[in-house]
Formats: sequence, structure tokens, C-alpha cells
Amino acid sequence: MQATLKSAKPRRKPSWSDFQRRYAPYIFISPFFILFFAFGLFPILFNAFLSFHQWQPGTGLGDMKFVGLRNYTDNLTDPTFWLSLKNTAILALMSGLPQHLIAIPLAFAIQGGLRRMQNLVTAVYFLPYITSIVAISVIFFTLFSWQYGVINSVLNALHGLPLIGALFPAEKINWLGEKEYVQSAVAMVVVWRYTGWNMLLYLSGLQAIPRELYEAASVDGATRAQQFRYITLPLLRPIMFIAVTLSLIGGLQLFEEPFILTNGSGGAGQAGLTTVMYMYRTYASYSDAGVAAAMSWLLFIVIGVLTLVNNRAFGRSGLAGRD
Amino acid sequence: MTTAPIPDRPASRPARRAPTLDGKRIGAYLLIALGALLTIAPFYFMFVFATHTRSDIFHLPPPAWFGSNLDENYRNLVERVPFWRNLWNSLYLAVLTTGFTLFFCTLAGYAFAMFSFKGREVLFGLLLATMLIPGTLNIVPYALIMQALGWIDQPRALWVPGMASAFGIFLMRQYIGSSIPRELVEAARIDGASEFGIFRRVIVPLTGPAMATLGLVTFVQSWNGFLGPLIIFRTAETFTAPLALRSMQGIANTDWGALMCGVALTVVPLLILFALASRQLIEGLTAGATKG
Repeated sequence: MQATLKSAKPRRKPSWSDFQRRYAPYIFISPFFILFFAFGLFPILFNAFLSFHQWQPGTGLGDMKFVGLRNYTDNLTDPTFWLSLKNTAILALMSGLPQHLIAIPLAFAIQGGLRRMQNLVTAVYFLPYITSIVAISVIFFTLFSWQYGVINSVLNALHGLPLIGALFPAEKINWLGEKEYVQSAVAMVVVWRYTGWNMLLYLSGLQAIPRELYEAASVDGATRAQQFRYITLPLLRPIMFIAVTLSLIGGLQLFEEPFILTNGSGGAGQAGLTTVMYMYRTYASYSDAGVAAAMSWLLFIVIGVLTLVNNRAFGRSGLAGRD
Repeated sequence: MTTAPIPDRPASRPARRAPTLDGKRIGAYLLIALGALLTIAPFYFMFVFATHTRSDIFHLPPPAWFGSNLDENYRNLVERVPFWRNLWNSLYLAVLTTGFTLFFCTLAGYAFAMFSFKGREVLFGLLLATMLIPGTLNIVPYALIMQALGWIDQPRALWVPGMASAFGIFLMRQYIGSSIPRELVEAARIDGASEFGIFRRVIVPLTGPAMATLGLVTFVQSWNGFLGPLIIFRTAETFTAPLALRSMQGIANTDWGALMCGVALTVVPLLILFALASRQLIEGLTAGATKG
């Protein structure tokens, strides 16, 4: 204590600017954290609390009744919950896989083959992403129409083609009216919407790969396919991890597309009912806040587990990996 | 098989062999073009359908070219829902959300990029972790909190929680950290500028491109939001445009021509915004992604 007093430097007195400098960063970042605690963390904790209670919104908070794990067991014994979970998983897979299987080669082709058109083409592919899901779903609702829809008309016209005609159906498909097709229809809309977004992510990843690697490989006689396999794919892994994680988390929370396409009903045989839709229905239509809260926690667990699995599969250099 | 590297090729592009495989290349172009066509086709039909009557839309074959029913569709649209009011609600929400997000995220991004303070790494890690929390799962408590606050039917139920985002702070920090030299900030400090003064006069003017990206993303997200408004807004006057469209679809005898007209009117502002700024948006997003 005394030693420090003796060796005090001339600028010892804390000035206004020192004070500012010390506390400014905390003040600057505080709005986000205040908002996060109020509207992010607190709801999560409140949701956990709620999930152990029976309660109907609309009645006061005093009417909450503790029911222990009953909301959870109610969900786990509810066939519709399992159906919704199954639908969600199928839809996430059906819509998630094609997005990436198309986006990666597409980004590769656009980056390698297009120069002056690159920005225009990227913008076109990105367009669905910036458009309202409600607008998109309304448009697709008419395009998927059974008797008079554009999609069926085009498919049936393609059926008349020589050679490849057999790939297309001769009959009109009742996309939104039969339970075999509802999921395909929803998945198509999701693929249409997010492929461009993934393509953009991959494009940014490709642009970060040093061209010298390709030059060296081509000096060594590697074909374009080999270059793709041994240079592009491995170096794309970090961005693949981000893209797949985002698709996974987004796919498991699918709500708007199936909601609008099935007019909120879940469609034929409830094949388009996702878990978030069912959660919304449980809360808004059945007024069962506790059960809906428990459902969200169950889905949260599913998402958490799958994210972890994905983490293991794709390695560590994720969102927070490097600076 | 091999060719000499072309010296004047832009640095970011991978090496390519001379275009010997023209057939393959044309095939790739065709596939890219076909994909692009499939991508914009729904937009095309949106505009075509907006000019047709309901019975034309559901007719065989479906209309492939513009019709003459746009006026009537428009009249039916504004008769059924207070459409301009709904569009204004969307705009009001999007502008407020975007304005606050830009301010708070740039401020926080600046703090994370340029200051070294105790707990910085932990707080930034926490911030990144919040990006992984699935937001949709919060709908029930969110609805209840807004009810308890009496914010049902109030736009503030959406723009107040939307005033800052982890993604926005992340993006701004990456941009400020990589494009603005620390010396600039130090120099301003020596000149006696206050911390907020440095932010306002040095940082803000230099973060234009990143702000444009973040602003666009935030605006588009807010403009297109559905689940949040669905929970908050209960009366037709407070609906945002997507909710109004959805309410038109719900009724038994949907006027698809009018609905499509409303869809087009909701989408067109975004298309214009995107046309004006797509380059910036795409470059900003890819920059944010690679530097992650």
C-alpha cells in the first residue's frame, strides 16, 4: 500500500477520461445484455417454471397449479406429439439434405465458371430468402393446386416428352390434399427458399480457399473432380458446419411454411403438423400453456442433442471457433 | 492437362484449366440457368396472378401471361383488409427495429472490437451462445410476458425485444475489428474526444458497408416476420402486412386475385430494396461469414 503510494506516477488521480475509458465498454454492450436477460433468458427460465404447472393463459397468474412432471408425461404419451416430432424430423431431413446437395456444387460452378454474371446469378438465387414466408407460401399454395396448379400442369406436360418423360407423373398430384405428398410439397418450398442462402455461405467459403492449392494440384495432374474431392470439400468443412447447424436448428423449428401451406390445419392426415405448430396450437387453441411449455423443452432437448451430434460429426471450428 | 497460371487472375479465384471441356461447361451453365429460372418462376406467377380473377387463376391451363383484372383485385384487397394501414404497421416496426439495432449493435460491436476490458471474452462467448438458442421455443413465455405487460396489440412488443441482436453485434465487431485501425481511436483519444464522441465521429462514419448489410437483414426480417406478430396482434387494424394476407387466406371463399395483389404489394418494396443494395448485402454477408 505504502509502496504504491511512494512510486505513484504523476497521472495517478483518476480523471474523467480514465473513468470513461474504463466503463464505456460496459455501457456500450449493456443494451444487448439487458434485452437478452429480459426477453431471452428470463422467458426461458419462466418457461421451465411454467412447464411444471397447469395453467390457462387468460386466467391470472395466481391460478397456476403445480403438477410436477405431468405436462411432460402428457406430451410423451400423446400420439400427436410423436407424430409432430416425426413430421418435423422427416421435414428437416427432406428439406435440409437437398439444400446442401444442391448448394455446394452450385456454389462451385458459379465460382469457377461465371465471372461477370456472378453477382447477378447470386442475387437471383438469394431472392427467395429475403421474401416473406407468408407471401411465398400463398404463392406456392396456388402453384400446388390439385386440378389447376402450375406445378401439376408443368409436370404433366413434361410427361409427354420423349426419353425423360417417364420420370414425370402422368396423373395430377394432390400435393396439399393427400398425406403422401404434403411433406414433399412443404419440403420443396423450404428447399426453394434456403438453397440460395446456403449457396451464398458456400460461395464465401470457396472464395477463402487460396488458389495456389488448385494450381499445385493441377500441376500434379489432379482432375477437376479430384480437386473438388481433395481440396474443396475438406477446406469447406468449417463453413459446412455453420451451414448445416443453421439448417438443422432452423429445420427443427419449422413453422411458417407448413402453417400457411396447410392453412394452419396440419394438412391431410396431419402430415404437415410440425412440433412448433403443435406447440402453437396447444397454446393458442387449447389454452394449455403448461403443456406447450413442456413441449418446447422437449423439442429443445431434441435440438440440443442433434446439434451435439452434428458438432461431433463436423468438428470443432464452429461459430465461436476462431476469432 | 496443366496450364501455366494466368498472372492477372483475381486473387480469390481458384486456378482453372483452359476451357477445353466446352460441352461440360455449357451443361453447367444450363443447369445454373435452369435453377435460376425455377427460383424466379414463383415471383413471375405472383405478378401474373395478381392481374387475374380467382376463376382465371384456378383454370386449366393456369394463366401464363398478365391479365386485366388488377384494378378490381386491388379494390377487393383494400375492401377486405385495411391494407395500407397494415403495410404502414410493417414499415413502422421495421424502421424502429432497424434503427435501434443499428445503433446498439454498432455500439456494442465497437466495444468488443476496440476496448480490452475485464470479462470481454466471457461476455462475447455468452453472446455467441445466445445465437444458438432456438428462438421459436420461447413463444409461450413471450406471449405471456407481453400479456402481463399489457403489450398485446402494441408494436412495442416486437420492436423493444428486437432492438439489438447477437448476430448484429457479431457482424459489427468483425467489421470494425478488421477494417478500422486502433491507432485512429487512440489518436482521437489523445485529442481529447469523449468515448461516445469517438464512436459517433470516428467509428460510425467508417462502418457504412457493414451497417448497410445489418440494416437490410434486420429490415427484411422484421418486415417478413410472422410468428411474432401472429402472437401479438389481435385486431385487423394492428396487423402487419403478412398477417393481413394470412387473414385473407383463412376465410372460406378466398379471393385469390386480391390476395395475390396484396402479396405482390408486400413483396415489391423488398425487391426494390434488394435491387438497390443486393451487392452490398451479399458482399457484407459473405465477408461476415468468412471472417468468422
